[in-house]
Amino acid sequence: MKIFRMLGRSIRDAFKSVFRNFSLSLASVSCITITLIIVAVSIIASLNVENFTKEIESDLTIVVFLDQDVDKSDIKSVTNQIKELDNIDSYKFKDKEQVKKEMQDESAVFKSVMSEWTEEDNPLKNTFQIKVKDATKISKTAKKIEKMKHVSLVRYGEGMVDKLVRAFSSIEKVAYGVVIALIVVTIFLIINTIKLTIFSRKREISIMRLVGASNFSIKTPFIIEGMILGLIGSIIPVILTTFGYLTFYKHFDGYLFTELIKLIKPEPFIYTTSIIVVIIGIIVGMIGSASAVRKYLKV
Amino acid sequence: MDLIRLRNVNKKYKNGVTAIYDMNLSIKKGSFVFVIGGSGSGKSTLIKMLYREEKPTSGQIVVGGVNVAKLRNQKVYKLRRKLGIVFQDYRLLPKLTVFENVAFAMEVLGAHKEETREKTLKALEMVGLKNKVHNYPDQLSGGEQQRVAIARAIVNDPKLLLCDEPTGNLDPEMSMEIMKVLENINKKRGTTILMVTHDKEIVNKMKKQVITLKDGRLINNIEKGTYNDEDI
Repeated sequence: MKIFRMLGRSIRDAFKSVFRNFSLSLASVSCITITLIIVAVSIIASLNVENFTKEIESDLTIVVFLDQDVDKSDIKSVTNQIKELDNIDSYKFKDKEQVKKEMQDESAVFKSVMSEWTEEDNPLKNTFQIKVKDATKISKTAKKIEKMKHVSLVRYGEGMVDKLVRAFSSIEKVAYGVVIALIVVTIFLIINTIKLTIFSRKREISIMRLVGASNFSIKTPFIIEGMILGLIGSIIPVILTTFGYLTFYKHFDGYLFTELIKLIKPEPFIYTTSIIVVIIGIIVGMIGSASAVRKYLKV
Repeated sequence: MDLIRLRNVNKKYKNGVTAIYDMNLSIKKGSFVFVIGGSGSGKSTLIKMLYREEKPTSGQIVVGGVNVAKLRNQKVYKLRRKLGIVFQDYRLLPKLTVFENVAFAMEVLGAHKEETREKTLKALEMVGLKNKVHNYPDQLSGGEQQRVAIARAIVNDPKLLLCDEPTGNLDPEMSMEIMKVLENINKKRGTTILMVTHDKEIVNKMKKQVITLKDGRLINNIEKGTYNDEDI
């Protein structure tokens, strides 16, 4: 088949030209390598920020204290009301005896003091521990619960949590912005480098046009060449990020500075990141050469 | 049968210069035509329009059944496959050998390997360079490089061979060698040849059809003509 023969020739030509124009290929590849390293690092960083933001957000808990004198049916009605709220991820009910036990386990002083309390004169309150779906709406949810009957007090670490959540969501946005900006810059850099390499082959392209090659058959080898350059250019970034992240993770034992900031487990995280980096490299190389060669097809 | 037909062709460049005025011209299949004229006479514009590097401003140009004036950029290759082009500056690819340079013209059309090899060697034999197939262009003399370019132009058996001052960079001896090759192609393959030149000696020696242009107008079209200084 003619189309396969042409495709085979395109692939062969693409490989040939990568090696025949070695110094120019090297320029493109090193440009791709350097920018992809930066892209890979920022992808890893932003995914980690996202991860620990989520982790901290999922740890946020609203504690609801019920009135002292509630009976079973009151508890049930509060439970039903809580169920109906839309921002509730999960809730757990703890009666005052359970709370007492937990507190006793925590410290010996509490243990001795509380051991004298009976079920009737236990001054502690029945509580709900609630996890929310969306941490940014935690204060709204808390206010709704506060208004319910039989609820005496709602606590969720007010001011601190609000600030933390806002800080994290802006950090996340900035991180994504940085990654996208970097990818855009990379594309421009690579397009320009490939343009330079193709510029030096303007003559070859014009001769191809003169001997009757169709635009499609001229473009294809260049596009395949761009993909090969992108693929080669992503090798070092992939190796570097894979081993770099593994070492980093091991060195910090999976936590950054405090136990609060948990790093993402390397597997399968590094594999997905590597695949993303390789795909970005190939696509960027492809776009770069396609847009660069188009300019010379108008003779 | 006319291979090339021009009807009321005008060409005005964007900078306001008019290169061709209302030109009508027919060229028969199998003929050998010289186009002569002083600089600025429009002879280069004429040949460029024939392979659609330039489009006419108005008028009709038909080459081998293809309406060149209306050909879209993406379809230009359909015209170029019907003709071979030779330039003053050879336009060979320096990183390819003689064989590869000629085979290149067939490969980009998706030809079979065996067919490519066979036709390439045949074309190189025709121009007398069969013993230099593995050399690179910079190892050849100017005349030899031009013969490689001719081989590349005829390898696909085109009906028409356009030559834009092919001997412009060569000394008289080498020029005559090129002309022998071209005449040979014209006779043996029946290829129509249109050659733009200002080499008086060649035109007078060959005694072929001569078309004379002056200031963008066709002023003479003579069978077995000569280079007439008074016309130019």
